[in-house]
Amino acid sequence: MGRTGQFWKTSSIISMAFALFLVVMAILVNTTSLNQQVWLRVLFGVSALNFTLRASVPLILGALSGILCERSGIINIGIEGMMLAGAFAAFVAKVATNSWPLPASLAVGVATALLVGGLMGLLHALLSIRFRMDQIISGTVIIILAAGFSAYLFDRSAVAEGKFGPVRIPLLADIPVLGSVLFENPPITYLALLLVVVIHVALFHTRWGLRTRAVGEHPRAADTVGINVNRYRYVNTVLGGMLAGLAGGFLVLEAVGQFQEGMTAGRGFISLAAMIFGNWNPFGALGAATLFGYTQALQNELLLAGVTQVPRQFISMLPYVVTIVAVSGFVGRVRPPAAEGKVYETEGSSE
Amino acid sequence: MNIPVWRRLGRAILIPVLALLTALAIGALVMAIFGDDPVRAYQGLFSGAFGNGRAWSTTIRKMTPLILTGLSVAVAFKAGLFNIGASGQFIIGTICSVAVGIHFEGLPAFVHLPLAIAAGIAGGTLWGALPGLLKVYTGAHEVIVTIMLNYVASLFAGWTVYAGGTQGQQPGPLWDPTAGAISETPDVLASAQIPWIVGPPYRVHWGVVLALLVAVVMWWLIYRTTVGFELRTVGQNARAARYAGMRVNGMIILAMALAGALAGLAGTIETLGLNHKFAPEFSGAVGFDGITVALLGQTHPLGVVLSAFMLGALDAGAARMQFESGVAADIIQVIQALVLAFVAAPTLIRTLYRVRRAPDEVETTTLTTGWAGR
Repeated sequence: MGRTGQFWKTSSIISMAFALFLVVMAILVNTTSLNQQVWLRVLFGVSALNFTLRASVPLILGALSGILCERSGIINIGIEGMMLAGAFAAFVAKVATNSWPLPASLAVGVATALLVGGLMGLLHALLSIRFRMDQIISGTVIIILAAGFSAYLFDRSAVAEGKFGPVRIPLLADIPVLGSVLFENPPITYLALLLVVVIHVALFHTRWGLRTRAVGEHPRAADTVGINVNRYRYVNTVLGGMLAGLAGGFLVLEAVGQFQEGMTAGRGFISLAAMIFGNWNPFGALGAATLFGYTQALQNELLLAGVTQVPRQFISMLPYVVTIVAVSGFVGRVRPPAAEGKVYETEGSSE
Repeated sequence: MNIPVWRRLGRAILIPVLALLTALAIGALVMAIFGDDPVRAYQGLFSGAFGNGRAWSTTIRKMTPLILTGLSVAVAFKAGLFNIGASGQFIIGTICSVAVGIHFEGLPAFVHLPLAIAAGIAGGTLWGALPGLLKVYTGAHEVIVTIMLNYVASLFAGWTVYAGGTQGQQPGPLWDPTAGAISETPDVLASAQIPWIVGPPYRVHWGVVLALLVAVVMWWLIYRTTVGFELRTVGQNARAARYAGMRVNGMIILAMALAGALAGLAGTIETLGLNHKFAPEFSGAVGFDGITVALLGQTHPLGVVLSAFMLGALDAGAARMQFESGVAADIIQVIQALVLAFVAAPTLIRTLYRVRRAPDEVETTTLTTGWAGR
């Protein structure tokens, strides 16, 4: 049974069904008189959906980062740190190029985020492959390092001027409800959605993808047929780092527009949960990220609408609690790549 | 094999010491690259940590919670679990001990203080046992669950002391009305405060002695009892432990509960001994520091005490360093991450210094090989 065969596992079905449900409800609520109901508007209004997508993008990118690394056998718990490093790098680059034309300056920001994210990925790969550090500890090192460096170097008076604005896709954007949610977004959002498809195709329909999965499932067998196990792991971890860096770039260049200390606020870890919940599949991760993004959007919407007597701290717990429920409810039913977390040594070599 | 004790000790501390020195050296390099003066920074760091009586008392004070959070992470490591949740357990311990500490007026100290400490331990235990239970019964990985619980704990604690106001929200149940718009609890009653060994301005309380005692107890528990043996066996090879008839699941829950209890106690001692109240900014990065302490101490209780002392000194000196040399205290976090990197990858240090590995030395820590299953 191939890995593609597991696409329709429980968690994938649930998260995709959830996404579908959201869309149907959104169309119903926003095009009929149902939008007179405050609660329904909070749950399914266009602004809730916009929030959902915006909150999902870093989770999608983070989860894709995790998928690339883990499919090749490297656990990446450091996504949070890579994201933060990417965010900080994007911010520094943006501030340094404030005087440039906005698109050029933003492009430099994105490139820097990718570069620094990739470097963090390389560090993770070096520590865990070359120096055989436990991959979870190596990830933790990256998290602390990113937090420390960004706090040490952060100039609180620096201001980034301008951020990515929405790009309207003609015709598609005219579709009621869905058009304004899906086809009027800033570029990194489109890129993230596109990457889901690209990585799915790459993983399951290319030679590279087959080899990556082989390396993550059975490195010995892969080695026997002449695949360089560690080279695949290095490449994938660096690519994964770049994706996480891009997620950070999204936060600074597209969502918030500025850098704040610790601004990733657990998104890297929630991405991991999305990856697990989505069964290490890009589309599964997309569904799960939407689910988690929705809880964050809900938090915003409930607070804005002021419809709740529940203290706001409890509403803010939603994404984290949902993550716990998701990983406890579904982990038993998903299967991580078999060789995950193990150092691979070629036969007969010891050091 | 009869290796003299001093040789064994020397071998055990060689890597951590080299790791620390290397991290400090790289830290200096980083400071130099970004235009800070490392010499002045380290002078400030040193005088802030050991320069005078006050500096020493700060070091001791900073070391106290680190011993306990370090033990918390270490005991989980022993059972093959990674407790990233020490900061959440710390916060819940704090909140529980404060809740008891500010109520029950009129109790004598010998009843009230132990009661408040017990409440803090109970809260931490609960917060630690939860990921253990989830791991055993659902397979949810403790790393993700403990991290999520950190955020939940911090939001929960924020709610308990919330001053109210915005959007018609009510103040939290532990909020101190006399604090005005500030979100914090009142001081715990005098009968629930841990007494000073040396009072202000030095501010060293008996909590440090308690923490040291706990370290000794943990050493005894891990290395001298059946439970400790089972714990370590589960950590080294869960499958073998299961074949040998050990209750692997029970050990996982126990280890996490114990880890939670220790981190909860850390929060309790910090509150009842020093802060005397809870304000959200007190929690800080103690939990993450616990990971560094545990690994630097090679997950041995004695090592944890030594490394807590080292990191406590770094923490204590940081403020003075920033004051005297203008170098942002956050560089300490970078140094800590480097320390963590070097102790967790002894190969790195060995390659760097060409230190050979002794033939009987076991090298790698392996925590997990995946997110599901065991």
